[in-house]
Amino acid sequence: MGQSIMENLVYLIVIALALGGVGIFGLFWSIRSHQFSDMNGAANRILYDDDFDPGPKADNK
Amino acid sequence: MSASPGQVCSHCALPLASVSEIINDPGDPELRFCCPGCAAAHDLVAGFGLDQYYQRRVLDADARRIKPDDSQEGLEFSLYTEEKEKSGQTQSTLSLVIDGFHCAACGWLIEQVLARDSRVTWGRVNMTTQRLSVTWDGPADQANDILAPILKLGYRLFPFDVERVESERIARETELLKSLGVAGFAAANVMLLSIAIWAGYSQGMGPATRGMMHWVSALIALPAVVYAGRTFFRSALTALSAGRVNMDVPISLAVILTSAMSLFQTIVGAEYAYFDSAVGLLFFLLIGRYLDSRARSRARSSAAHLLALTARPVMVIQADGSTISLRPEAVTPDMTVLTAAGERISVDGVVLQGSSEIDQSLLTGETLPVTVEPGDAIYAGTLNIGQALHIGVTASSSGTALAEIVRLLERAEEGRARYVELAERISRWYSPVVHTLGLATFTGWMIFGADWQTAMLYAIAVLIITCPCALALAVPAVQVVAAGRLMRRGILLKSATALERLAEVDGIAFDKTGTLTIGHPVLVGASSSEDLQAAINMAAASRHPLSRALVRAGQEQGLKPDTSRPGDIEEIAGGGLRARTNGEIWLLGSRKFCEIPEQTGEDNNGPGPQLWFTRRGHDPVCFSFEDELRSDAAEVVLDLDRSGYSLAMLSGDRTGVVSALASRIGIRTWFAEMTPTGKYDWLSEKEKSGNRILMVGDGLNDAPALAAAHVSLSPATAADISQAASDAVFQGDRLMPVAELLMVARRAQKVIRENIFFAFAYNAICIPIAVAGYVSPLFAAVAMSVSSLIVLTNSLRLGKI
Repeated sequence: MGQSIMENLVYLIVIALALGGVGIFGLFWSIRSHQFSDMNGAANRILYDDDFDPGPKADNK
Repeated sequence: MSASPGQVCSHCALPLASVSEIINDPGDPELRFCCPGCAAAHDLVAGFGLDQYYQRRVLDADARRIKPDDSQEGLEFSLYTEEKEKSGQTQSTLSLVIDGFHCAACGWLIEQVLARDSRVTWGRVNMTTQRLSVTWDGPADQANDILAPILKLGYRLFPFDVERVESERIARETELLKSLGVAGFAAANVMLLSIAIWAGYSQGMGPATRGMMHWVSALIALPAVVYAGRTFFRSALTALSAGRVNMDVPISLAVILTSAMSLFQTIVGAEYAYFDSAVGLLFFLLIGRYLDSRARSRARSSAAHLLALTARPVMVIQADGSTISLRPEAVTPDMTVLTAAGERISVDGVVLQGSSEIDQSLLTGETLPVTVEPGDAIYAGTLNIGQALHIGVTASSSGTALAEIVRLLERAEEGRARYVELAERISRWYSPVVHTLGLATFTGWMIFGADWQTAMLYAIAVLIITCPCALALAVPAVQVVAAGRLMRRGILLKSATALERLAEVDGIAFDKTGTLTIGHPVLVGASSSEDLQAAINMAAASRHPLSRALVRAGQEQGLKPDTSRPGDIEEIAGGGLRARTNGEIWLLGSRKFCEIPEQTGEDNNGPGPQLWFTRRGHDPVCFSFEDELRSDAAEVVLDLDRSGYSLAMLSGDRTGVVSALASRIGIRTWFAEMTPTGKYDWLSEKEKSGNRILMVGDGLNDAPALAAAHVSLSPATAADISQAASDAVFQGDRLMPVAELLMVARRAQKVIRENIFFAFAYNAICIPIAVAGYVSPLFAAVAMSVSSLIVLTNSLRLGKI
């Protein structure tokens, strides 16, 4: 019984760290794709129904 | 066709009451336009099927109307475009600042219009910074073609070099944000593990489990400390290598020592490790740093925005008479430059051809334009409001008088950067004291016969307990809260030490024009509405500030200008307007222009500028103007006077005007006809005699004084240079922000002192306990968190007062 709790703990820690890692990766990705550079724009764009894509981001960064 | 009151142009929202020729849309009777440009712009929008724009937009009273004009004609955008070869195709990219941006709908419209152009691969508006970035497939010289529809809509676009102006700030902010994310992740996870470990102490966790928990904590904490602590370590190293100590030195040492000792404890399988303290400290500090940097970068980016508006290409006339446009840097002396009406002049030079009126308000702060004729000198930064001029260049870009003033300012700013913050002053002796204490604890315990490990443990406990967490948070936490509160009231703090210097202020010096007053003339005194009607019929044809003030005054009395009535109107630079009506000649302009002898007329030396109006069969009429006071100026001045500040007014204006205004608002000390050097000298004199003066001013002539004062403030309408020189910028038509800023600064300083007092009281209690070796890790963790929380809570109070 005690053995299995320890084993669970090992899995849980690994899972927790992996989830946290996904979060960090998400943050880095969103910073890199400029999602933090125009907070007003994002808040307003969602109000417009006609979705359109201004095209793929040019590789200028 | 005339308009009923309240009607506005369907495109640019200009009130139609002031427009003589209203254009009706043939298809829709609801649509009315002020000019053919607006009608064309509306057609363009409707043609794209984007007319929802007009329902969606929310007009911003502060933004420029989107009335199309030709002021950007001849601007070669391709000069600023970057070309790149990508998979065999040429791709061009351009960054621009948008002038005339009202709301998100404007961003939507611009993006939609660009999306209709098949060449454009990326066209995105950053609505926060009001900037546009466009990329298209094709060579750079298509730039004007691609941007033409946007200019036709009435927006103005200015090339903006992102790399040069902003890249460093963006990189720093991104690094802080990433560090904050990593520290937050690590802090949360390590704390979760710590809770398990602490629970384990009372519930009998086995040493193996605890060891594993410690190792997992180390695995999370150590990389996080290295990554998120970079900012602090770098700054500490820079300070140390320059032989100084700053607050980052004790922070770095505490973090590094805590982590190192925890790692050691983990390796030897000891009971306690302090990883949670190390990452928790970093997390708290990074929150403060990040907020602080954001608040200030917002102020700085609006200054950069303004600077971009002045960087415009120059039209150069070549020997064969053709014109080319060049970047201002590329213009050399002895070239001849053509400056169109309404254009800002970007070189120093001499007028060769033409005569015009020049608005020098950016340089002198004076609202009224001056007349220039061939042979007169002209300076970069001034605005040509009359007719086109040919200018022989004497100096360009970095050689202009404007650039010289900017350099002087930068030098003055460097001087002020040497101001030592309170936190810095404390850390100068704080770190040596703390580190000596740690060393003394170690040697003390060794002498008293403890083994080196115990002695080391106690010494590090001293360093951890004195960890400068509360102290390091004491100042930035207050600054962030204060800056946030001020920003909601329309005051932007630009300098980190501004609050501290503001709290020390004992006197305030005001500039007059544009600071105590709003900065544009207003008609005073009554005249018959028949005269006024006739005069505004003429004045509506001119862009001169006095003409515009006259038209405004007429509109307030319900009169509408009718420019068709006076017939042919001719504007004579430096004189006034001449109209030919039914064979009669009407004159509206200066006393001399209207040929009125000096003795006649009532008020010869009136306080403000005057316009005379003559018609046959009527007595000449004099319209007097005055620069209107900010609505709450007298009230705020009285308030500041009561609070014990010594007040002074420094003005470049005539004695009569200044003394009248001073007595009206209750400033007893005033100086008239002061030169920029005079203002600067007066302030330096005051500084030398130990006074701490807040300078409030707006003109470029105030800029040296703003830089020389202990601390300085500019209205948002001020010259760009003045905004750059001052520590804070306030918005709006009221003077209240001055009082508000001083009040918040004083309160903030009080809260900072409380925080520091608290941090010291905490240290005074805990250090003896730590030196004696009685600090358990639990005690250390709780005491440190509680001290940080108290400091933060105390700081938050400031936002509510």
